[in-house]
Amino acid sequence: MIGGALEYFLQQLINGLTLGAVYALIAIGYTMVYGIIGMINFAHGEIYMIGAFIAVITFSILGIVGVTWVPLALLIVLIVSMIITGLYGWTVERIAYRPLRGSFRLAPLISAIGMSIFLQNYVQIAQGAKIKPLQPMIRGGIELIKGETFSVTISYLQLIIMAMTLVLMLGFSYLISATPLGRAQRACEQDRTMASLLGVNADRTISLTFVLGAVLAAVAGVMVSLYYGVVDFYIGFLAGLKAFTAAVLGGIGSLPGAMLGGLLIGLIEAFWSAYFSIEYKDVAVFTILVVVLIFRPTGLLGRPEVEKV
Amino acid sequence: MTVAERLKDAIMAAAVAALLALPLIGFETVDTGGPLGIKTRFDYIAYAAIVVFLGRLGMRIAFDWRRSYRERIVQAEPTNIDRKELLTVLGQKADKWLMPVMIGFAIVMPFLPFANRTVIDLGTVVLIYVMLGWGLNIVVGLAGLLDLGYVAFYAVGAYTFATLSMHFGFGFWETLPLAGLLAATFGVVLGFPVLRLRGDYLAIVTLGFGEIIRVILLNWQPVTGGPAGISGIPRPSFFGFPFSADPPEGATAFHQLFGLEYASIHRIIFLYYLILALALVTNLFTMRIRKLPVGRAWEALREDEIACTALGINPTNTKLTAFAIGAMFGGFAGSFFATRQGFISPESFSFIESAVILAIVVLGGMGSQAGIVLAAAFLTLLPEVAREFSLFRMLAFGAAMVLIMVWRPQGLLAHREPTMRLHPAGTKPGGGKP
Repeated sequence: MIGGALEYFLQQLINGLTLGAVYALIAIGYTMVYGIIGMINFAHGEIYMIGAFIAVITFSILGIVGVTWVPLALLIVLIVSMIITGLYGWTVERIAYRPLRGSFRLAPLISAIGMSIFLQNYVQIAQGAKIKPLQPMIRGGIELIKGETFSVTISYLQLIIMAMTLVLMLGFSYLISATPLGRAQRACEQDRTMASLLGVNADRTISLTFVLGAVLAAVAGVMVSLYYGVVDFYIGFLAGLKAFTAAVLGGIGSLPGAMLGGLLIGLIEAFWSAYFSIEYKDVAVFTILVVVLIFRPTGLLGRPEVEKV
Repeated sequence: MTVAERLKDAIMAAAVAALLALPLIGFETVDTGGPLGIKTRFDYIAYAAIVVFLGRLGMRIAFDWRRSYRERIVQAEPTNIDRKELLTVLGQKADKWLMPVMIGFAIVMPFLPFANRTVIDLGTVVLIYVMLGWGLNIVVGLAGLLDLGYVAFYAVGAYTFATLSMHFGFGFWETLPLAGLLAATFGVVLGFPVLRLRGDYLAIVTLGFGEIIRVILLNWQPVTGGPAGISGIPRPSFFGFPFSADPPEGATAFHQLFGLEYASIHRIIFLYYLILALALVTNLFTMRIRKLPVGRAWEALREDEIACTALGINPTNTKLTAFAIGAMFGGFAGSFFATRQGFISPESFSFIESAVILAIVVLGGMGSQAGIVLAAAFLTLLPEVAREFSLFRMLAFGAAMVLIMVWRPQGLLAHREPTMRLHPAGTKPGGGKP
């Protein structure tokens, strides 16, 4: 039975990493926005939900039109969902946050909560409150270890999710560290006024940050709609909460931190569900967040913040 | 802006709206049993685009008109007070004269001609939110701590009341302090580790705490009854005299005590006055504690934590008292909620409740007691008025939150003045306003 236990552990590891990859993609949106304008973009979970809805709708349309070759369908869905979700991210920033730049700290947060309520109900009205099912498209997987009682398998979908996340993360790190946009973004993060004085268009940079966050959330939404096969208008809240937890856990404002935090949250959730109780998995996630904050208030990879007078 | 520029701007906005609406409004998913079917609703996209086009055009014209109006005013009379300032000045005065008016109205309300059962019930709901708003105001408005999980303390109060009164036979007045005490204890336990941290972490931890409490309520079947909740919570009595048509043997009912005809509205009115009294106690407490050293320390901490530390204020302990006291009032309100409803379930304590209470505090203009009453009335009555459009009321609620923030980020009645001033206006040595 010891062998079986090890295989069970490995299987949970794979499941947890998949889940973590999704959380990491969403967490980047939180951490970037927090880094650049210091606000919790509460509506980000809803942006992810919209990404997932657009995926389900586009898949259904493609199914009706007759595009059934999976790689092509997936590509089209990804592009459509990324573009439109990115536009949603841009619009939300434009309407709800930009007019509030420079006002006191709680104002954008309240506006973000209002936006989140609005988007949730908007999707509920437009598409109905029922759970939307999606036919499984990518079936099968690779059997890694064949045990007597339990075999460890990694499905093709899990592989795609992990590979996709890895590619996006690498591309994103490159974007931040080596492109003019990334430079502008880092400059705005450090000192927005100074960056504007030196010719960086701060408003445009902030808008683009929101768009990039939304695009990554859209990818997460597409992946989740395929992985779970169901989407409803309420999925954004908990996923957003956990992704934000991931961002804080990794050290908010830090990109590698968001990735690490996402993976950790996914693993904690998977292992807790597997070994303890599935009902209390969210409690476990938040408890660990509190413990980390007590002993390492800046998160795992965050820099200590020195408050100046 | 020229006409052409305005038109171009509006067309751009309409194009964005059409693109946003295309997948989510343009296509409707239909359940067919198998793969989802799709119905198209392209006409809706056209409506959305037209509405956005006209709205954007109107907004541009209004803004330009207002700007030119302001410029003319400034040229003509340089010292003209900005009209927005008026509301701020109003906010500062409001606590002085608006509160007595509102309290007076609240006291006579049940006896006014239009007051039927529905109106009094609505008044009770508004007052519950007023009390919650005032309780949270201690935490958010005075101490400047962002609490996104206030509803957790409300839930703790409600479930404490339900458990104690059902299993141990405690009455309302015995349970009330215990519920408040337990909620305050939760506040201390939660606040102690996280109050040393920066404000944003507090926000997320309180948010997580709210979720934890909800999950526990859902799953701890033997005590909380799980998703079904607890029903049959004892109704309150008038200091030992029950409200019932035929009281149990040996007890005197309320209507017999006062020699009235039995009417079910007596209890409704009693509940209304009960929450009014509880809310007024919260208000009085807040107004008085603001003048005490600890209350002044809260406001000072909100403004500048480093300066406070330098002056020897212990930030963690000071914040902890605010957090615990806020939680305590949440617990009181929870007890009242439980006894009024007679039934509680985790559904009543979801995150949206926390968001509504926080919205009340912020819309009211952080720290303004009168503003909170107005915001509570607005936010609780808006969904009631819009009940016919029940599908759209939460949509309107979210949109209203965004719009009010954009229009007036400082809240309806702004009030962030320190309560104490070294030199009150006009008395500063050398004269003039400080």
